Amino acid sequence: MAELTRPFPPGSYPVIVIGSGPGGLQVSYSLRRYGVAHAVLSADPSPGGMFRRWPFFQRLLSWTKPYAPAERGTPAYERFDWNSLLGEEPETCAIAPMFMDGSSYFPSRPEMEANLAAFAERANLEIRYDCRWTGTRLLDGPDGGDRFAVETTDGTYTCGTLVLAVGVAEPYTPPGPGMEFAYHYADVRPAETYAGRRICIIGKQNSGFELANGLLPWARQIILVSPSHAKLSVDTKSLVGVRARYVQPYEDHVLGGGVSILDAAIDRVERTADGALDVRLRRTDGGGDLLVTVDDVISATGFVAPLGDLPDLGLATFGASRLPVVTPWWESTTLPGVFAAGTLGQAAKGLQRHGLPANSGAVHGARYNARVLARHIAETRFGAAIERPSMARGEAVDRLATELAEGPDVFHQRGYLARLLTVDPAGGFRDEGIQPLAHILDAGGADSVAATLEADGTGAIYPILFTRKGGSMAEHRIDPDPLARLDASDARRVIADAIGRL
Amino acid sequence: MAGREELIDAIAGFALFSDLTSPQLEGIVHTFDEAVFSEGERILRQGLSGSGFHVILDGEAAIVVDGTERARLARGDFFGEVSILLGETPIADVVATRPMRCLVLAGPAVESFLVSHPRVMYRMLQAQARRLRAANRWRS
Repeated sequence: MAELTRPFPPGSYPVIVIGSGPGGLQVSYSLRRYGVAHAVLSADPSPGGMFRRWPFFQRLLSWTKPYAPAERGTPAYERFDWNSLLGEEPETCAIAPMFMDGSSYFPSRPEMEANLAAFAERANLEIRYDCRWTGTRLLDGPDGGDRFAVETTDGTYTCGTLVLAVGVAEPYTPPGPGMEFAYHYADVRPAETYAGRRICIIGKQNSGFELANGLLPWARQIILVSPSHAKLSVDTKSLVGVRARYVQPYEDHVLGGGVSILDAAIDRVERTADGALDVRLRRTDGGGDLLVTVDDVISATGFVAPLGDLPDLGLATFGASRLPVVTPWWESTTLPGVFAAGTLGQAAKGLQRHGLPANSGAVHGARYNARVLARHIAETRFGAAIERPSMARGEAVDRLATELAEGPDVFHQRGYLARLLTVDPAGGFRDEGIQPLAHILDAGGADSVAATLEADGTGAIYPILFTRKGGSMAEHRIDPDPLARLDASDARRVIADAIGRL
Repeated sequence: MAGREELIDAIAGFALFSDLTSPQLEGIVHTFDEAVFSEGERILRQGLSGSGFHVILDGEAAIVVDGTERARLARGDFFGEVSILLGETPIADVVATRPMRCLVLAGPAVESFLVSHPRVMYRMLQAQARRLRAANRWRS
């Protein structure tokens, strides 16, 4: 491609976004809405990120309902469409349902990829493709100036703000004796090549169950193994655990179909004389040691964040996915100016009230994080003046009731993002927008009320308000409505009550 | 970042888990989540529901009641279980005083975890007995 037609030649930019998956696309779109100039660089040849390859069996876990209780193109519709990115023009919103053929409400992988590519095209997002981030240096830039030198296959870029939307995409296999005989989910072959084979899958999360489910018609024997007990989303009543679509291997197991699901740690894997693999297991459920002989050992043990050399520059990470340690606004605590977006945004865990994580690792959560992040970058790093509309007390009740009934941010990122209204000294309230709840609760500040939805693992989704008065916080839970009418009269009464105390 | 092996070695030395076999310890590391907190970050919030059970791997935290520091917690200590066992909101903030790393178990998972790990429940009961004794001595 002629260099002239590629955007963003090497040079200095206020913000550099790395990645052209859903995270990078949404951040770029939202930064532009807030008037922040930036460059987007991607190692890939086209948009879509991980959806250019995965899920392995070519259908997503996140649904889009073409026909829903809310009209397409409205914010309320986003509650039923987990896969479209967030545009504000008619042609950039609710794109995912346009590509679906009606065979499932889970889009196929190619439908998802087409959805993302259409968003990039219709929104005229500029991205420099085939430009791989290869290294990073810290510069002694002035405050707000160039702090990072981003080395790429096309040359050196500099920026003051670096947004990583590179996914949690690097295959991870835990070390252990004989684990070199195992291969990763990312390297699984076409399903038919497993005809008649005995397979041990390490890992009992969605990717492990997805493989087992897809190999049911082919494999002679499937053993799913990991130290802790398999969790199912229908039991946890949340997105924690194996999703309903992949539970078939579990049913096969409990009905004696030949799938084994074991709670055990891998002691070691050894090659046998006839080329098979012996997997020695130490059970974690109190049972005796086991030996299983299989043809393939596949590690469905997840992915880690591909953070390049940033940890060497001081970027602190944590956990099995090696996520960066970040503030509630997704900024590295040890390398300020570096932000996490897309699935990397799950690094900001939020409150995890009742043990339920946010949906930041999925498109339907990350897209709202990206919008909040873009506004935060615009306001705090580029001095953008974003209006905070004033409203009278009565209007504030309406505003919050509508948010709880229709707002997509607080629905998909429940207990994580919240609508914040602060008490206006001149009377009434000011709408501070959608913010991370962890920030709202801990940052102090003016008397305020924050509204979000929440789940507690019992199966109900209910509204909850947090009020700050004189520096101390209180929570006001609104009873769940059996028909999920989140602005029912009861809700309005609690909202009015909570606001009345401020 | 600590690998799972390092985590297992770390928690094997904690009184709470001292009766467990190494496969059981590995199960613990898989059952709990790892969480990190920056200096000054609140982990438990006085009066707000929904918090989890935490075991400190590294770092230090302060127990703060109505803005007054009452005690410090360090490696091997645990917190958050009282409000979960009683189904009430915490009566204190817990605030990291240094960068802190914890194993975390969600509140709703604590009962089944303790029932299925009676030796951990026994060690937790011992720790509570010590706290009760200390509190009684302090009062008398």
